[in-house]
Amino acid sequence: MKISKFNIVLLGLALVAPFAFYPVLLMKVLCFALFACAFNLLLGFVGLLSFGHAVFLGTGGYVTGYLMMNTGLTPELGILAGTIASGLLGAVYGKLSVKREGIYFAMVTLALAQLMFFVFLQAPFTGGEDGLQGIPRGHLFGFIDLSDNLNMYYFVLAIFLFGFWLINRTVHSPFGQILKAIRDNEPRATSLGYNVNDYKWAAFVISAALAGLAGSTKTLVFQLASLTDVHWHMSGEVVLMTLLGGMGTIFGPVVGAAVVVGIQNFLSGGELGNYVHIIMGLIFIVCVLAFRSGIVGEIQKIVKRNFG
Amino acid sequence: MATFLGINLFGLFGQLLVGLINGSFYALLSLGLAIIFGLLKIINFAQGAIYMLGAFGAYLALQYLGIGYWAALIVVPLVVGLLGILMERFLIRPIANEDHLYSLLLTFGVALVLQGLFTHMFGSSGLSYAIPDALKGGTKLPFMYLPNYRAWIIIASLIVCVGTWWMIEKTKLGAYLRAGTENPALMQAFGINVPLMVTLTFGFGVALAGFAGVMAAPVYSVSPDMGSNILIVVFAIVVIGGMGSIGGAIITGLGMGIVEGLTKYFYPEASNTVIFLVMVVVLLIKPAGLFGKEA
Amino acid sequence: MKLMNKTLLSAAMAVALTSTAAHADLSDDKVKIGVLADMGGVYADVCGKGCLTAVEMAVEDFGGSVLGKKIEIVSADDQNKPDVGSAIVREWIESKEVDVVTGLVASSVTGAVTKVTTDNKKIALIAASASNAFTTKACSPYNAHWTYNVVALANGTVKPIVQSGKKKWFFITADYAFGHALEGIASKVIKAEGGEVVGAVRAPLGTTDFSSYILQAQASGAEVVGLANAGADFVNSLKTAAEFGLTEMMDVAGLLVFTPNAKALDPAIAGGMLTTTGFYWDRDDASREWSARFKARQGVIPAMPHAGAYSATMHYLNAVKAAGTDDSDTVMKLMKSTKPDDFFAKNATLRSDGRMVHDMYLVRITKASERKSEDDIFKIESVIPGDKAFAPVLPACDFK
Repeated sequence: MKISKFNIVLLGLALVAPFAFYPVLLMKVLCFALFACAFNLLLGFVGLLSFGHAVFLGTGGYVTGYLMMNTGLTPELGILAGTIASGLLGAVYGKLSVKREGIYFAMVTLALAQLMFFVFLQAPFTGGEDGLQGIPRGHLFGFIDLSDNLNMYYFVLAIFLFGFWLINRTVHSPFGQILKAIRDNEPRATSLGYNVNDYKWAAFVISAALAGLAGSTKTLVFQLASLTDVHWHMSGEVVLMTLLGGMGTIFGPVVGAAVVVGIQNFLSGGELGNYVHIIMGLIFIVCVLAFRSGIVGEIQKIVKRNFG
Repeated sequence: MATFLGINLFGLFGQLLVGLINGSFYALLSLGLAIIFGLLKIINFAQGAIYMLGAFGAYLALQYLGIGYWAALIVVPLVVGLLGILMERFLIRPIANEDHLYSLLLTFGVALVLQGLFTHMFGSSGLSYAIPDALKGGTKLPFMYLPNYRAWIIIASLIVCVGTWWMIEKTKLGAYLRAGTENPALMQAFGINVPLMVTLTFGFGVALAGFAGVMAAPVYSVSPDMGSNILIVVFAIVVIGGMGSIGGAIITGLGMGIVEGLTKYFYPEASNTVIFLVMVVVLLIKPAGLFGKEA
Repeated sequence: MKLMNKTLLSAAMAVALTSTAAHADLSDDKVKIGVLADMGGVYADVCGKGCLTAVEMAVEDFGGSVLGKKIEIVSADDQNKPDVGSAIVREWIESKEVDVVTGLVASSVTGAVTKVTTDNKKIALIAASASNAFTTKACSPYNAHWTYNVVALANGTVKPIVQSGKKKWFFITADYAFGHALEGIASKVIKAEGGEVVGAVRAPLGTTDFSSYILQAQASGAEVVGLANAGADFVNSLKTAAEFGLTEMMDVAGLLVFTPNAKALDPAIAGGMLTTTGFYWDRDDASREWSARFKARQGVIPAMPHAGAYSATMHYLNAVKAAGTDDSDTVMKLMKSTKPDDFFAKNATLRSDGRMVHDMYLVRITKASERKSEDDIFKIESVIPGDKAFAPVLPACDFK
C-alpha cells in the first residue's frame, strides 16, 4: 500500500476518534473490522465462503482469556497465544475443508465450527453459558495500564493496523496474485502447475490466525469471552459485514463492520431492539438483490466510471 | 426388565422410537430442502423460518379464524406455499443466474426478517397449541407409553415423504420436472413452461416445511426461533444424505433422528452436536454425501 | 487484586463516611437508573418490559426526583447474552452517567454485569437472577440480590416433599450454570433429609423435545421428578411429561415456576404442583393494590421479579434520600442498616453479604375447579421465614 494522502487522513481520524466517540465502541468496530478483513481474505480473494469463521474468533478469545486469568501473562503475549491457537486450529480445519468446493466447503466449515462450539460449551475451563468473566486487561509490556480506555484504544488501533497491513501485503504479493487466479479460474491455475489446495490452505491459516487475533483483542477489550463469539450467528454476521462493505475490496469489510456495529449499537438501547434482526435481514436482501459489490465496491465503480 | 450388556433394552427401544418421531420432522424438512436444491439449485436458508411460519399459521388460524387442526393441515401449507411462490418470483428469480451462494445469503436474510418480525409481534417465550381431541391419549406398548399424536407424526410424515418421492422419481410429472431443470431450453422447446414449473416446485418444497410446522405446533412450543434452531441441523442432514438426493434426504432424516435419540440416551449433552460430527465424518469419506452422485 | 480491592474499599469508606452531609451530593447532578433485562427472549415475561414498568412505577411513586434532582431511567435489552449485557452496562457507566443497575435476569448476564459494576463501584440491584453466586463465590460489596435464589427454591420446595416421605428423586436439569446450581443444592437438601437422588439428565438450554428425557425419568424408578429448569424449558418439559403419562406415575416438582409460565400451562397438567416463590400478587391488600396498578399498565399480573425490581429500586431511592448522596458506599451502608418494608418485602433485611432476606412462600398451583379468575394461579400453602429459606452469610462475603 502506498502511503497516500487519503490514508494519512484516515489515520489522523483514527487517532483523534476516541475524543469524539465512546472508545469501547470504536474498539469494537476495529476488532470486527479486522475479523471481517480476515474473512474477506478467503471470500473476496480466494472465493471460499467459510460459514464457520466465528470458531476462530472465539478460540482466540477463549485462549487469551484463559491465559490472562490464570497465568498472569502480559496482554501482548496473551493475544499472541490466542492468535497462534486459532492459527493451529485453522491449519487442521483448513486441511479438512479446502478440498471441498462451494456449498460443501461452507457446510464442512460450519460443521467443524459446531464441534468446537460443543467443546466451548462443555469444557470445564470455559465457564459454559457464563463464559469467562472478569478477564484482566493487564499491563502492556508490563508497564502500560490497559484498564485505561485510551491506552487500550491505541493498542487496539495498532493491532488493527498491523493486521490490516498484513492482509494488504498478502493480497498484493505474488502469493496473493495466485490466490486471485484460483478464484477466477481454478482449473487454469491447476493447469499452470500450482498446487491449488496448498495455496487455499495457506490462505485459510492466515485468515484463521487473523480472525483469532481479532477475537483475542476483543476479549481483552470487553474482559469477557463468551459463546456468542463461536455461535454460527456470528459466522453469518461476518458474512453480512463483508458483503455490505464490498467483498474483494480492501476497505469494504472495514466499512461493513463499522456500519453493522453502528446499527446494532444504535438499536440496542430501548424500543428499537426488536428491529435488529429485521434490519439486518433487509440489508442482506437488498445487498444481494441490488448491489452485490457492497458500499465500497459501488463507490469504486462510480469513481472508475467518472474519473477512470 | 430386559437388559443387555448392562443397557436397559426397554429404555433403549423407547429412545429409538422417540428418535424416529424426531426423525420424521427432519425427513419432512430436509425433503423440502432437497427438492429445492436438487431440482432448482437454490439453497433455501429460509426453510427453518418457513417451518416456524407453518406453526404460527396453525396457531393464528385457530385464534383468529376458528380453523382447527385438521383444516390447518391443508390450508396452512397452501398459504405458506403461496408465500414461497411470491418469494421465488420476486426475490430469487432475479438472482437465478448468480452463484448459488447468493441464494443462500438472500434466503438467510429472509429468515432473519421473518424471525425478527414474529419476535416483534409475539415475543419469543412461546405459545401453546392443543393436541387435537381425536389424537389425545396414548397406547401402552410393552416398553413405553406412546402418545397417539406422536404415532400420528410418524405415519403422516411417512405418507407425505414416500408420496413425494414417488411423484418425483416415478411419475411423468416428475420426469418433466427433472428434465426441465437439467435442460431448460430443450423442455421449453417442447412447449413446457419451465419458469412456471420452477416457481411451483419451489412453492411445493416450501409448503412441505409449512406442513411440518403445523405438525409440530401441538408438541413443540410455537416460538419465533423454533426454525433457526432446527435449520442448521436439517441442512446438515441434507448434506449428509447428498445434496439434492430426494430419497437420501428422507432416509437420512429418519436415521439422524434415531442417532440423536441414542445420543440423548448415552450422552445427552452432545445431542445437539452429534449430527455435525456425523456430517464431518461423512463428508471426509464420501464427499458427495451418502446417497449423492459424485460430480 | 483481592488485597488492592480491600484497601481501595476501606479508603473509599473513610471518604464516604466523612462526606455524608446534609446537602445534596449527587454525581452528574442526577440519579440515573439503568434497567437491563431480556426484552424479547425466553425470559421476557419474567423480567423484560415488566421490570422496566416496575422501576418506572417506583420512580413515580417516589415523586420523580430525589434531593431536588431528577431521577432518570435508561433501559436496554441484554438478549440473555453476557457479552451484550456487560458491554451495555460498561457504556452506561463510562459514558452515560448511570448510577445504579437493576433488572438483571439470566444469571450468566448478571455475573458479567456485576463484575463491571463492582469494578466501577456502582450498585447492582439483582431483581430476577436465581444463582446464589452473587452473594457467595462472586460476592461483592456492591451487589444487592433481591427477590429469591436457588437456595431458597430448594429449601422451600424440596424439603417439605422429602419430609412427606417421597425420598427417591430424579432430575431433569437445564444444562447451564443455573440448572447445575439448582440441582446441586436440591440434591444436598434431599440427602440431608434422608432421601436419595437416583439419577439426573442434563438437557441443553432451549431443548424443544423433552421426550427422551421424560422416558429416562420414567425408567429411573424415582418417586419425584424435579425439574431444575425455568421458563420455556419448564413449560415444555412439563407438557411432554403429561403427554407421555409421567405425571400419572410420579410426582413432578417444578423448582422454579414463575406465574406467567404456570399460566401458560393447562391447569389439568400443572394443577396441584408445589413450588416456591418470593412474591404472589394475591397475598394481602397491599400486594393486590400494587399488582392491580401494575396490571393496568402492563396488561398482566406481576411475576416475582417485577415486584422485586420495584421494591429494590424504592429501597435504593430511600437510601439516597436519607444519605443525601448517591455515593455507592454510603448508600449501600444505609440500605443494609435500614429494613426494606413494602408490599413485597415482609420481615426483610438486606444482609451484609448483599442477600435480601425476606419471607418466601410455598405455593400450590391451583386446579381448574379452584380458579376464580384467570389470574388465580397459586394458592399460598405456607410462609417460609427468611432465615429458613436462605443460607447464612459466608465469612468471605461479610461486607460490613
